[in-house]
Amino acid sequence: MEQVKCECGHVNPIGTVLCEACGKPLEEVPALLDMRYEGSARRSQTYNKTIIDKIWNFFSSVKVGVWLIVITLVASAIGTIYPQQMYIPPTVSPSEYYEQQYGLLGKWYYALGFHDLYSSWWYMLLIALIGVSLVICSLDRVVPLYRALNNQRVTRNEQFLQRQRLFSRAKVEHDETAFRNVVDKLTKRGYRVREENGNILAEKGRFSRWGPYVNHIGLIIFLIGAMLRFVPGMYVDESMWIREGEIKEIPGTNGKYFLENKKFIFEVYEKEKEKEAFQAAIDRLGSGMMAKNYQTDVVLYERVGPVVAGEEPKLKKIKSFPIRVNEPLKHDHYALYQVDFKLDELKSMSFHFTDKETNKSFGTITVDLIQPEKEYDLGNGYKVQLLSYFPDFYFDENGNPNTRSKVPNNPAFVFKMFAPDRPKGEVSFTAIRQTIEPLGNNKYKMAFANIETRNVSALTVRRDFTLWILGVGGAIFMIGLIQGMYWNHRRIWIQRMDDEVLVAAHTNKNWFGLKKELEGIFNDTPFVMPIDQADKRS
Amino acid sequence: MVQLSSTLLYVAFVLYLVATLFFGGAIRVKKKEGVDRWATIGIFVTIIGFVAQLGYFITRWIAAGHAPVSNLFEFTTFFGMMIVGAFIVIYFIYKTSLLGLFTLPIAILVIAYASMFPREISPLIPALQSDWLHIHVTTAAAGEAILAISFAAGLIYLIRVVDQSKPSKRTFWLEFVLFFLISTLGFVIVTTSFRVAGYEATFEWIDKNGKQDEMVYHMPALVGPHEGVLKTEERMKPLVDMPAIINARKLNTVIWSLFSGLALYGLLRLLLRKRIAAALQPIVKNVNLDLVDEIGYRSVAIGFPVFTLGALIFAMIWAQIAWTRFWGWDPKEVWALITWLFYAAFLHLRLSKGWHGERSAWLAVIGFAIIMFNLVAVNLVIAGLHSYAGS
Repeated sequence: MEQVKCECGHVNPIGTVLCEACGKPLEEVPALLDMRYEGSARRSQTYNKTIIDKIWNFFSSVKVGVWLIVITLVASAIGTIYPQQMYIPPTVSPSEYYEQQYGLLGKWYYALGFHDLYSSWWYMLLIALIGVSLVICSLDRVVPLYRALNNQRVTRNEQFLQRQRLFSRAKVEHDETAFRNVVDKLTKRGYRVREENGNILAEKGRFSRWGPYVNHIGLIIFLIGAMLRFVPGMYVDESMWIREGEIKEIPGTNGKYFLENKKFIFEVYEKEKEKEAFQAAIDRLGSGMMAKNYQTDVVLYERVGPVVAGEEPKLKKIKSFPIRVNEPLKHDHYALYQVDFKLDELKSMSFHFTDKETNKSFGTITVDLIQPEKEYDLGNGYKVQLLSYFPDFYFDENGNPNTRSKVPNNPAFVFKMFAPDRPKGEVSFTAIRQTIEPLGNNKYKMAFANIETRNVSALTVRRDFTLWILGVGGAIFMIGLIQGMYWNHRRIWIQRMDDEVLVAAHTNKNWFGLKKELEGIFNDTPFVMPIDQADKRS
Repeated sequence: MVQLSSTLLYVAFVLYLVATLFFGGAIRVKKKEGVDRWATIGIFVTIIGFVAQLGYFITRWIAAGHAPVSNLFEFTTFFGMMIVGAFIVIYFIYKTSLLGLFTLPIAILVIAYASMFPREISPLIPALQSDWLHIHVTTAAAGEAILAISFAAGLIYLIRVVDQSKPSKRTFWLEFVLFFLISTLGFVIVTTSFRVAGYEATFEWIDKNGKQDEMVYHMPALVGPHEGVLKTEERMKPLVDMPAIINARKLNTVIWSLFSGLALYGLLRLLLRKRIAAALQPIVKNVNLDLVDEIGYRSVAIGFPVFTLGALIFAMIWAQIAWTRFWGWDPKEVWALITWLFYAAFLHLRLSKGWHGERSAWLAVIGFAIIMFNLVAVNLVIAGLHSYAGS
C-alpha cells in the first residue's frame, strides 16, 4: 500500500486529507476544514481502477443511498393509492376487481403490478440495494474514521487549529493556576483531558461517532431476519376453522398439537350494560353495533405415543386458555390468534318419521351435519337410510342436486324410509322448505323437527423463528440511533505557540450546546473564548 | 369527570391563544441580554395551558378506563398537546420566543381541527384492548410532535430568507404552505358555523355496489353523492353528482375548506397588499438564522429516534400481538415507513451532503406535510385497518 508521510513524522495511508496525527492538511483544503470523516483516507475516494472499485464507489456514495431511499419512498406511496391484493375480497379476481372498482386507473394499476407492489421483484431489489449501500457506506467510512480518531495527537498543526470553525488566538501569560482551573472545569464536565508539553486535547462523547455504524448494523441484522422468512421452516403461517366441541390437529405442527374449541364468545357493547361515559358514543353508533369481545375458549393437547395410521391419537392436555384478540395462546414457539368467526353454523337437524295423513310420528332421528350416519333405526321395523347428503346444496347446470362445499350452509338429504308396510322403502328428497318425492307419492315423510347450531372460530397459527433476529436488529438499531443522536463528540484544543495560546473546538453536531459549554469553561480565565468563524460568512 | 375533562381542554385551548399573544408581544421588545418579560409570561401561560391539557388527558383516561388516544379526536388532540410539550422543552434549551409565536398557532390549529370530529368517549373495539394502545400511540405522537417543531423552525427560516422582492418558485411554495394552514382554519370555521346553525341535509344515493343508502350532510352540498336525491326540504341542491367510488360528503368538506381558505387568504392579501410571508417577514427579521437552523435539525435529531421507537418498533410489536403479523403493508404502516425513510434521507443529506439552512428548512416543511398526510388523508381517505370510524 502506498503511503504519505507528514512532516510531523506520522505515516498516513494514501488519500488522507488531514494527517491522522497532527491534522496538517495534506491537500488543498477550504479555509474552514471539512471535518466530517476527519479528513481520513476513504477507499472510495482513493481507488477507482477495477470494476470492484467502481461498484464499491457507487454504493459508498451517500447520494446513491439517498436516491435509493427516495425511490423506495415514492414506490411505497404508490402502493397505498388503491388497496393491495391482500386487502381485496378473496372471492373476486383481482384482474376484474381493480378495473370494476377504480376504472381505467385501476386497470393500469393492476397491469403495472402495483396491486402486489411490496412483494414484487423490483421492490425487493430496492430493499436489497439499500442493504448493500448500508454495508459499503459504513465500511468505507468507519475504518478510516477509527484510524484517524485513534491516531490523533494532542499537539496539532497550526493550520489544523486555525481552520476549525471555533477558534481564537491571543497573547496569554503563562499562569499555572488558571491552566489547572481550566483542566478541572473540563474534567468536571466529563471531558477526557490529555496533556502534552503544556498543550491540551479535551475530548468527550467519542462513542457517539460510532452511533451511525451501530444503527446500520442493526438495520442489516433486521434485513437479514426479514430475508430468513424465505427459508422454509423458519416460519409457519396457517389458519384453521374450528367448531365448538371439535378437537382438531393444529396445522403447521406436524401432528404434534391438537386443539379443542370449548366455546366461542362474541360480545357487543350494549347501552344498558356500559358505564355512563360510553352512553353518548353507543347512542351514536347504535346499541349492540360495536364489538366488545371475540374469544375462543380452547384446550391445547399434545399427542403422546407413536403415530399409528388410522388410529385415534392419544392426547395429553397441556392447558386451557381463552384466546382473545390481543391475547394469543402461546406454547412451544407457536402462537394461536383469534382472527375470525362464524355464528350459528348448523350442527344437526332432527326429523320426525311421520305418516303424511295421520301426522302420527314413529320416532325422531337427529342427523349430525358434519358426520351423518348411513342408517338410523327407529325400532319396530321403522328405519331411515341416508342415501345422499348435500351439505351446501344447489342445483348444478344439469339440474342435478350438488354441493358447493362441505360446510352445512344449506343441507339437503335423500332419505329412504322403511316401515313395516313399506318394506322396499320410499325415497324422499328433503331440503330446507322443500320436499321432492322423485319416485311417486309417498305415505311417509321426514318432517322437520328441530335444528341445533354452534359457533365456529377461525384461528391463525404462527411460529416465527426470525422474530428474535428482528428484535435484536431493532434493539441494536435503536441503541445506535440514540448513541449517535443524543450524544455528540466534542473536542477542545488548547495549544501554546511561543507567547500565544490557540484555542479551537469542534463538535459533530449541536454547536449551540458546545458554545454554551465553552462560555462556562473560559469565563473568568485568561484564555480567550473561541469565536465562530462560520458567522463571518453570513 | 367527563365534563371536567372537556372544560380543562377548553381552558388549555384558550391559554395557548393567550400565550401566543404574549410571544407576539415579545417580538417588539429589543432584547439585549437574557429573556424579556413578555416571553417569560408567554412560556408561563403555555406551561399552565399544558398542565390544563394534561388534566384533560388524565381525567378523560380515568373516565374512560383507557388512554384517550383511541379515535381521531383523541389522537389529534394528544398530538397537539405533544407539540406544545416539545415546544416547552426546546424553549428551555434555546430560549427563542419567536418559536412560540409559530409553534403554538400550529398546536392550536391541530387541536381545533381535532375537535371537529366526534368527541364522545367511546369504548374500545377488541383490537384496541391492549396496553400497547397507549405505549405505541403516545410514543408515535410524541415523535411526530417533536418533528413538527422542525417544521415551525423551518417556516421561520424560510420566511426570513426567501426573497420577497420579486415573485419566484420559492415565494409561491411558501405561500402554498401558508395557504394550507389557513385552509385548516377555514375548515374549522366552516364546520363550526354550520354546526352552530344546525345544518342538515339528507340524501338518498346509490353506492358502488348498486345499493340504496342514506347520507347526511352537515354542510351545503356543492357536490352530491352518486345519483343523490335530496330528501330534506329547503336545502341547497348539489351542483354536480360524484361517481359512486368517491365519498362525496368528505370531498364536499374538502372543497368547502379550500374555498373558505381561499377566501380568507384572499381577504388577508387584500388587507396586507403583499404576500402573507412578506407581511410576516418583519416579525422574523432579527432572528439568528444559524440558531433557527440548529433548532430545526436538533428537533429532527431528537424526534427521529422517538418516532422510530413509537411508530415502527412499538407498532410492530403490537401488530404481531393483535394482528398476528408485525408488518402487513397496511396504508398507515406504509406511510409511517415513508415518514421514517423521509427523515432518514433528511439526516443523510444534512450530515453527508451538507444540506443546511434553506434546503434543510424546505425538507422540514415537506416532512411535516407527510406527517399530516398520514394523520389526515390516510385516516379519512385511504381506508385501512387504522381508519377510524369517525368521519
